[in-house]
Amino acid sequence: MNRIPSLHVPGPSVIARAAQSGRPTVGPETIHRVQTTNGITVLVRPNPSAPVVMLEGCLRAGSVSEPPGLTGLASFTASLLSRGSANYDFDRYNEAVESVGASISVGGGSHTTNFGSESLVEDFPLIVEILADILQRPTFPAEHIERVRGQWLVRLQEREQSTRSVSYRRFNEMIYGDHPYALPTSGYIETIREISRDDAVSFHRDHYHPNQAIIVVSGDVDPEGAVALLESHFGGWRSGAEPPPPADTIPPVTGANGIQRKSFPMPGKVQSDVVIGCLAIARNHPDYHAVQVANNILGQFGMMGRLGENVRERQGLAYYSYSALDADIGVGPWVAFAGVNPQNVDQAVDSILNEFERLGNEPVSDEELSDSIANMTGTLPLRLETNDGVASILLNMEWYGLGLDYLQTYQARINAITQEDVQRVASQYLRTDSYTLVTAGPDANGN
Amino acid sequence: MGAESRERARENGGVQKTCLDNGLQVILKESHLAPVASFWIYYQVGSRNEAPGVTGISHWVEHMLFKGTEKYPQGAFDKAVARAGGAFNGMTWQDWTTYFETFPAERIELALDVESDRMANAIFDAEETESERTVIISEREGSENSYRWLLNTEMQAAAFQTHPYRHPVIGWKQDLLTMGRAELYEHYRTFYTPNNAVAVAVGSFDWGEMVDRIEQYFGGLEKGPTVPVMRLQEPEQRAERRIVLRGADQTSYIGLAFHAPAAQHKDFFPLTVLDSILSGAKGMGLFGGGSSNRSNRLYRALVDKELTVGVTSSFMPTIDPYLFGFSATLAHDVTHQEVEDAIWAEIERVQKEAVSAEELDKAIKQTKAQFAYSSESVTNQAYWLGFSEMIADSEWFEGWLENLEAVTADDIQRVAQTWFGRNKQTVGWYLPEL
Repeated sequence: MNRIPSLHVPGPSVIARAAQSGRPTVGPETIHRVQTTNGITVLVRPNPSAPVVMLEGCLRAGSVSEPPGLTGLASFTASLLSRGSANYDFDRYNEAVESVGASISVGGGSHTTNFGSESLVEDFPLIVEILADILQRPTFPAEHIERVRGQWLVRLQEREQSTRSVSYRRFNEMIYGDHPYALPTSGYIETIREISRDDAVSFHRDHYHPNQAIIVVSGDVDPEGAVALLESHFGGWRSGAEPPPPADTIPPVTGANGIQRKSFPMPGKVQSDVVIGCLAIARNHPDYHAVQVANNILGQFGMMGRLGENVRERQGLAYYSYSALDADIGVGPWVAFAGVNPQNVDQAVDSILNEFERLGNEPVSDEELSDSIANMTGTLPLRLETNDGVASILLNMEWYGLGLDYLQTYQARINAITQEDVQRVASQYLRTDSYTLVTAGPDANGN
Repeated sequence: MGAESRERARENGGVQKTCLDNGLQVILKESHLAPVASFWIYYQVGSRNEAPGVTGISHWVEHMLFKGTEKYPQGAFDKAVARAGGAFNGMTWQDWTTYFETFPAERIELALDVESDRMANAIFDAEETESERTVIISEREGSENSYRWLLNTEMQAAAFQTHPYRHPVIGWKQDLLTMGRAELYEHYRTFYTPNNAVAVAVGSFDWGEMVDRIEQYFGGLEKGPTVPVMRLQEPEQRAERRIVLRGADQTSYIGLAFHAPAAQHKDFFPLTVLDSILSGAKGMGLFGGGSSNRSNRLYRALVDKELTVGVTSSFMPTIDPYLFGFSATLAHDVTHQEVEDAIWAEIERVQKEAVSAEELDKAIKQTKAQFAYSSESVTNQAYWLGFSEMIADSEWFEGWLENLEAVTADDIQRVAQTWFGRNKQTVGWYLPEL
């Protein structure tokens, strides 16, 4: 009995052979990259493994371009696109996308508006047609604006009731000060209330252009066919004024000096979320890979690195304790997170700061370094298993200009990181004399 | 394994089953689409097997399996797997507990090594056990920060009066504070035996060789005694049950739950299609997902009408009868009663009128699409194969899509009439304290 849709398995192919040699197959030989005349960079990675196609892309329409007082406008505008466009009103859009089991998403970020789709290969042409229509020709129906606003305000209220969301939002506000990165892309209750239909229409008119847009396709398609399909739906989109380089759209990040510590009491909560970190580097900084290796040692490796070993395994203080680097076009923070009982906040914070300090003061062991390097390079095939994974990595590579051979040279770049590199970046960026600490949760005094 | 059985395996949807002499069931599926492989070991034990006083014990035991054996002392297991480029985790649910590793294909043997080792040799060091107690309480307290979680927990405890599905998987806090190493270790020795386990591998390997390697690692483990049978059955619910939870958060939630049949019951498939018609086909991946559902009945009746900002139905395959649920987040200035009435209007609609052919077709197409998306990942495929074996058997899984396609509009109307009723419901309201 074989009622499960069968996958058509490719014969012995370039993919299988290259995989055996241990070299990632996603590279210049397998990625088709072209530019449309109106400025869209298209990357297609054919993958006949499953009868599905994933698309991911971005436009130069981010929250850094929002007018003052309208924080959240980029995201809000993005969420209105599927509410009505020239050829797909709300009902027609929903029926068309959902009756074939596909999905389309559009969402606003700091520098870009990102979009994506997931569909069976047979429905990919339809999905591209719909996606092109909503991005280029949204109608912003007035009744839907109020409906979306109502939903949005409830979701923001929920955000304000989550210790994790509140702690990280407050952390960003404190560490970035008056920089646009301080503001949440989903906005505030007060600013979302202020957004008018005209604001969304203007934001779309001024920022939704094909110039410098990126579209990545990974799935069971032939590259020429996919490019022709995208050309037919996006080729006629008129270019706008050329946007400045992304880095020129934000002021330099100067960041907080010294130590900032603040706690936000939230009645009715049981556990506190702790966020503690320092501004570190932008994505294109030469230290990027050194910081990533150091971060893997600090708060990722195995059961979440040294932070997991110390705070969770040894002291039993938290279910999660880890760290992450949030590097963007501008300088981003290197941050540790933990969820702990309010009685244990001070102990957890001290432990995290000790680990910050230790990583800068002492060289990591040979074993720790080689373990983390092996982990970072060894997990690459897992990240490249699905079309989803490949599409998001390719979009990232194109957006940051990392080059089509990025994945193939990744191993060599990670392998080159030394103990001195790790210690140097840790002492430079994890500053125990200059960090921001936010706690959100119940009052430790039991109030 | 010869050419003939290889051929049979292909005809069998690529899934090959065997059983070792010690009772360990083995399910294998070759997939050469990417150079990766995923290995899972499932134990048929979860909160379903827990008695009052030791609720949460299965989940705690799962944590202890990351705390060391003699061969892989504390910290060694996770380092070994991470060093080899592996992803790993453990999960406890009502009906099962599972552990997995996904690796670049050539390293999958390490998964067999660590899983066969900790099936029998976990130490449960006294100090490590104590340290893990506070980690688990912290995990629970993180969940307690969410009133939605608290509401669901209260509703589950109300919906079941005798069956252990009434207990949260993580356990009641009092039990987490009082149970000890001896009980944990006994639970481990009772349920962690080859005859209570299923090993699943999906990925880029030769299954004949994989069987040999699994035999090599697991074949020497001694068969355990038959595990205790869970005999409790939930009596029929005769009266509506209501939960009202109040708290500091301002956003209001509502839930409705009805007792619903087990995976092996004939009504399971009609109810699964009904779930899709109400709120879209659900994802088959490890972490949810699923179709968007704005063209489905509940969204149109509740979100489009601005009564709620989100709504969903839920129904999942279980060993014993569990629940068919509805849940929603209320819009501002709407009462719980209005939302409850609107959900009931949709329930009565499916009880009174046959669903359309288009809705049936959409449900099937969405399900096939979700299946195709999840088939990209060996991890997701192995997860499904293993948990299907826990709650039913491989025939259930192989016939899954066919059984869904066979569902008729009459079936759906009948199951809606059978399983949904005013006296059969548990209703939960979360509302802000005044």
